[in-house]
Amino acid sequence: MAEVVIDRVTKRFGDVEAAKDVSLTVPGGELVVLLGPTGAGKTTLLRLVAGLEKPDAGMITIDGRDATTDPPALRDVSFVFQQYSLYPHLSVYDNLAFPLRAPARRVDEAEIKKRVERVAQLVRIDHKLANSATRLSGGEMQRVAIGRALIRRPSIYLMDEPLSSLDAKLRADLRVELKHIQADLGATMLYVTHDQTEAMTMASRIGILDRGTLVQVGTPHEIYERPVNAYVAARLGSPGINLLPIDALPAKETPNGAASVGARTEHVELIAADDGPAEVIMVEHLGSENFLHLKMNGHRLVTLTPPDSQWRPGRRARISLHQPLYFDAAGRTLQTAH
Amino acid sequence: MAEIRLDNLQKRFGDFIAVRESSFTIADGEFFVLLGPSGCGKTTTLRMIAGLELPSSGKILLDGDDVTFKRASQRDIGFVFQLFALYPHMNVRSNIGFPLKCQSVPRREIDERVDEVAKLLRIEHLIDRPVSGLSGGDSQRVALGRAIVRQAKAFMMDEPLGALDAEFRHLMCVELRALHDRIRATTVYVTHDQVEAMAMADRIAVMNHGVVDQIATPQAIYDRPRTMHVAGFIGSPPMNFLRFNASLEPGADSIRLNGETIAVPELQEGVVDGALALGVRPEHVELVDEGGIRGEVFGTEYMGTMQIATVHSKHGVVKARIPSAQRVRMREQVGMRFAKERLAVFDTVSGRALKSRLFEGGAHG
Repeated sequence: MAEVVIDRVTKRFGDVEAAKDVSLTVPGGELVVLLGPTGAGKTTLLRLVAGLEKPDAGMITIDGRDATTDPPALRDVSFVFQQYSLYPHLSVYDNLAFPLRAPARRVDEAEIKKRVERVAQLVRIDHKLANSATRLSGGEMQRVAIGRALIRRPSIYLMDEPLSSLDAKLRADLRVELKHIQADLGATMLYVTHDQTEAMTMASRIGILDRGTLVQVGTPHEIYERPVNAYVAARLGSPGINLLPIDALPAKETPNGAASVGARTEHVELIAADDGPAEVIMVEHLGSENFLHLKMNGHRLVTLTPPDSQWRPGRRARISLHQPLYFDAAGRTLQTAH
Repeated sequence: MAEIRLDNLQKRFGDFIAVRESSFTIADGEFFVLLGPSGCGKTTTLRMIAGLELPSSGKILLDGDDVTFKRASQRDIGFVFQLFALYPHMNVRSNIGFPLKCQSVPRREIDERVDEVAKLLRIEHLIDRPVSGLSGGDSQRVALGRAIVRQAKAFMMDEPLGALDAEFRHLMCVELRALHDRIRATTVYVTHDQVEAMAMADRIAVMNHGVVDQIATPQAIYDRPRTMHVAGFIGSPPMNFLRFNASLEPGADSIRLNGETIAVPELQEGVVDGALALGVRPEHVELVDEGGIRGEVFGTEYMGTMQIATVHSKHGVVKARIPSAQRVRMREQVGMRFAKERLAVFDTVSGRALKSRLFEGGAHG
């Protein structure tokens, strides 16, 4: 495991700045997740660390060594892509063993066998080692691809949406397993996703990207509870934070300069009232709870309610906010007394 | 608008039975979801209703008319597929209006109806654009528009949101349901995504191996699953199963799990030497320091408003949905307690839930 430092890195593609003066440290043994929508610059940063792109400015150091201009092969990184790219003519065993058989590495077969078996157990594919790589389900193929990355002990593992091609259930299982494997190995990992659940549940720290700029870095708790601006606030939370103009809801102790309010479901209290300004327009079942969609003075709100609550479309309510977030006209979070 | 009735519907492909003796009625104006894993027979069922596939036996009644052997074109049903097949050389207006043009509807009426549909779908601003430059969501709205412009008796939708990414899919779910609430046309919707089914359906039919396991409202399916397949398919994370062996008497209101007594809803049937599973939803698991069913914390997943802890126990892996403020550490030993009135006991051989007080008030058996 090694520390990776991205220092004031800029990368342009024509007129587009895919990375703008980005500085980020991935400490040894940590799993840092880069989160942002398509086009935010997540994959570009990953590719810069891998050496698949060269920065226009700035420096990248791996384990204290300047790697900015090193070709990928010299950087000692492992890359897992969204699309599992296995060797179709090889067995699962040989796919896993492949990185160790590179002529430069000279690992003997007994050692290879030991490591393949250990990794196969880790990614739970040990019962299919003799299978041809093409005779696996999508989930199994992706586990082999992750296993092939884990077979080496590089300075850093780079993962580009490794779970996004899998179905929901398998994604949920692999999320927990991958986090566990990373912690067990003490591996350094830089992980790119647009899935907030993956970011929240796996990351030691999350970096939020907005059109090439790294807006905030923090633990999932910090990002969720103390976002620096409305953009960051909207990246995490299910249902998403309700962003409303400041005069949309009656609020107490509004800080100076507040232009909008950000109300997460835990900030919203609904009080049933026939003359209330808000109207329930839809109840969306999740099973464990409901998403309640409300309409109020032309604004929409979504909040969580218990499944046994009596809210139905057409019912009216008053809304009371408890310690919501406030943003200024530029979207920056305002400090409040609490 | 129409009621759809399936009577002992069966479909064989060679030796393979894709749909096995299905009988159910979809009410006029209902949003009805066929849910299940791939290969469960949900799409085959939909295609038989639509007339794209002929049943091997059984009957289909559309508003009381036997349409079993009628052609698709004679059934007056609108379709939306996963891959929005738009005509690339036409603009949005022509794409939506196309089915009406085929029916030789006068031009003025076509324009009026297309405008109305575009308004309903909130794509009025795109009406004169070519479809080639549209986003995935807008393309799917146009495909929807083309289906609903015909004002068919019923709509069949086969994974219409499957090609969209997760967050956008959820937005479209909300939109689609709101649209249904405005036009109230009988809709049969096929998906393998339980979140979509739960969010949109009036009723869900959960299918497995060609058989309908259960038909009920989303909340009833969630709270009172009749089989392990239904229980394990619905919920995120799905229901936990703790395996145990026991003989149970009718009237029993507790089970023994590893020396620990666990209260359950009173059983109304017994079992002798059963291979059983206790079914527990993640939000009905409480983690405690002392007592309870012991296990080791394998990991925790922070979700903002709450967290999910994965616990490995002798009886299997259990996921617990607990407050995000509760401190839980990896590899820590914890005890689990369960909300007794919400538990189900399953026979793991048949996969069926034992009858109990849990199912009172809900359809069962």
